[in-house]
Amino acid sequence: MTTRERMGWIGETVDSIKSVKIRQSVSRAVSLGIIVTSALMMWKTLICITGSISPIVVVLSESMEPGFQRGDILLLHMGKDPIRAGEIVVFNVEGRNIPIVHRVIKVHERKDNGEVDVLTKGDNNPVNDISLYAPGQHWLRQEHIMGRAVGFLPYLGWATIIMKEKPVVKYAVLGAAALFVMITKD
Amino acid sequence: MHSFGFRANALLTFSLTILALICAMASISDNLNSPSPSAHVQVSNINRFQKSKGNDEVSMTLNVSANLQSLFTWNTKQVFVFLAAEYESPKNSLNQVSLWDAIIPSKEQAQFLIQTKNKYRFTDQGTNLRGKEYNLTLRWHVMPKTGKMFADKIVMTGFRLPEEYR
Repeated sequence: MTTRERMGWIGETVDSIKSVKIRQSVSRAVSLGIIVTSALMMWKTLICITGSISPIVVVLSESMEPGFQRGDILLLHMGKDPIRAGEIVVFNVEGRNIPIVHRVIKVHERKDNGEVDVLTKGDNNPVNDISLYAPGQHWLRQEHIMGRAVGFLPYLGWATIIMKEKPVVKYAVLGAAALFVMITKD
Repeated sequence: MHSFGFRANALLTFSLTILALICAMASISDNLNSPSPSAHVQVSNINRFQKSKGNDEVSMTLNVSANLQSLFTWNTKQVFVFLAAEYESPKNSLNQVSLWDAIIPSKEQAQFLIQTKNKYRFTDQGTNLRGKEYNLTLRWHVMPKTGKMFADKIVMTGFRLPEEYR
């Protein structure tokens, strides 16, 4: 074996080690991407199935206690059925960026076009929601309603509430997760 | 392979899976319950019947008796019960007006007999209530400790409002 050949052999080994490292980090990046995109896919699939633009909401206020407490998770479904009294709906009000989860106490459904006028109230509130609606608005319409609550999971929403209110926790969790992905060997 | 992180992760995943499974089973077990609730409602008096701000408004006294005990299972957090007046008017194919509601937190309180005025205003969209036939519907929503919510109703027909304002 000549010196030149030996040098070439070492160079090849170094190259192959390098390429393994690059390959490893690329595959890691790809698997991270797969995790992120599959989470996104699941969310979008849920939106399609439930027909609600936000299929899972976290309860933020005490207005529906004791039924729903702060931190509980609600599963929403829109469906084609018309809105009826007693249902718990999630609705948006113009000028408010946080959707509200309250119960329908009044429904008037038009004969000619099937449009509905809906009035809501929180179970734990003494009065109805007219004061929460936009100024001059007396009724909710179909287009304000994002979905109706069909299922319930207790406490799970606390994770998102804590992360929203204490950004430090969010960054710590994200950092730890990223670190975990980087340093683990598979 | 056997680092602390991996073990913690495996433990967390496993316990969350078990928890999800238990929650699902608790919710599914609700289907085994076949409730047989009963209710009776009587309008004992029409206190006031007038036009206010262009809409008919009624104030009435109601006697509500019901036994909803069979709705409760081990996965029931509370039952929300309410009484709604339902009628058709020339403009609207359906009007539902909630008159009274209550939150029943336990099985012991699910059998009751109360006399009450309507808690929420019984107002029409318009002036269609004179001599109007309407149904009183007792509806309930069973709110679970976890899982799927249930709802059902008992419709009581044959109620009629007075022909004249009073």
